[in-house]
Amino acid sequence: MTKCFSGEKINELIEEIDPKSVVSTNLDSVHIKPENAINIFSKLKDKENCQFNLLNSLTAVDYIDHFEMVYHLTSTIHNHSIVVKIICGEGRKEPKVSSVVSIWKGADLQEREVWDLMGITFENHPNLKRLMLWEEFPGHPLRKDYLR
Amino acid sequence: MSLRTEPVTMNVGPIHPSTHGVFRMRVTFDGEEIVDVEPVIGYLHRGSEKLAEERTYTQVVTLTDRMDYVASMTNNQSYILSVEKLAGITPSPRGVWLRMIAAELQRIASHAVANGFLINDLGAWHTPLLYMLREREKILEMFEMLCGARITNSYLRPGGVFMDAPDQFWPALNRFLDEMPNRIDDIERLLTTNEIVLIRTQNVGVLKKEECLNASITGPVLRASGVDWDLREKNPYDYYDQIEFSRPLGEIGDNHDRFLIRIFEMRESLKILRQCIENIEPGPVRPKEVPFLVRPPKGDSYVPIESPKGELGFYLVSDGGISPFRCHVRAPSLINLTLLKEMVLGDKIADLFVTFGSIDVNMGEVDR
Repeated sequence: MTKCFSGEKINELIEEIDPKSVVSTNLDSVHIKPENAINIFSKLKDKENCQFNLLNSLTAVDYIDHFEMVYHLTSTIHNHSIVVKIICGEGRKEPKVSSVVSIWKGADLQEREVWDLMGITFENHPNLKRLMLWEEFPGHPLRKDYLR
Repeated sequence: MSLRTEPVTMNVGPIHPSTHGVFRMRVTFDGEEIVDVEPVIGYLHRGSEKLAEERTYTQVVTLTDRMDYVASMTNNQSYILSVEKLAGITPSPRGVWLRMIAAELQRIASHAVANGFLINDLGAWHTPLLYMLREREKILEMFEMLCGARITNSYLRPGGVFMDAPDQFWPALNRFLDEMPNRIDDIERLLTTNEIVLIRTQNVGVLKKEECLNASITGPVLRASGVDWDLREKNPYDYYDQIEFSRPLGEIGDNHDRFLIRIFEMRESLKILRQCIENIEPGPVRPKEVPFLVRPPKGDSYVPIESPKGELGFYLVSDGGISPFRCHVRAPSLINLTLLKEMVLGDKIADLFVTFGSIDVNMGEVDR
């Protein structure tokens, strides 16, 4: 059975890596600061007691007053998993996070999908183009204010 | 003497029999060798995730059918498990066993289609494919008994399934379980050691363990590369913790391993089906107190399952209303395409389609 860490346990793990980078702790996830994300993710992948080598899923949610990135990470070695969230920027203006493609190649198409449908910019992504829709398409359809 | 060759960029698809739907690639060749591949997807994009935000939780089940349309039952299962976790619903035991039977039948059907079309892409025109489709037809007939539909089943509901299996279903299932091992033997005799199949598939499209994991590739493709990662065993959902089955692993991670893994998994699914029949007991298929209009509390849930293509999960966010606030699909078909370019670089044109076929993608799920 995959062990899903509680928010407090994830908080402990991340505090060891990068103190004071956790913004808030929830029941089964944590919010981290966007500027520390790349450092935390690369340590989470390599550190002995973490080894989160599989990025299950990467997605974004439009909470109307802000955008949130959600990362589901699993370690196939220890068989445990965590959920990490990032609030992208302030309000709805130009949401932006760092790309994790350099850490997990599996984020490539998923980040392009999020950019296409939700309009979140990924810094340092090698090929940030629209995935499902064509380049001239106006707007980002999964946003809550699209055609409303 | 060496001839100077000029790279040529060509468009493959979206309407092409080898692209399993509407997949398009921009391929650059140097002579017959592939130097660049860029997948262009989105020709079947229907905006299912946006549509889900406008429907009630039960209505979304019909949308999930149309994502991976050769494996509708596992799509239903993944979505329903996520809803049940979000709403805190405990399903009825008989309903759970029935949906496991449906899911394993669907796995056999999906693997049969995958292998049939892979061999079809190799040039064995339609004979092996029709053998596979003949077996799939029996499964579709059983689905028709279960829920009245063949492809777009919508059989599952929060709490179990919507209807108990009719009396004629069990003899049909038993007959299928008796016949299917021989049918798989037939296919193996015809193909597994066939010289042409071996030459065309062995050491073509090799994927290494580490590359696979790093690119989030899951399912039979990952196991063909030798990683023991099957969510039915590692993170059991439904009643898979009460079931015993073995997980075949590949060694090299080439096209032939991926073909073999699917054959082995069909046999394992038959074993699982037998155990399900032994364990199933009479009772309600769905708790009476679970309403059709589910209204989960605020929160989010993600329950990954082992679909025939790989890890399939629905990330649902609820705001306390009757429809999902956000419904994201972690589509294995899309993510398994991440390394397509790396797999085919340096191979010949004809190997491109074989490698693409061996990943087993479904365009309905890639584009959603």
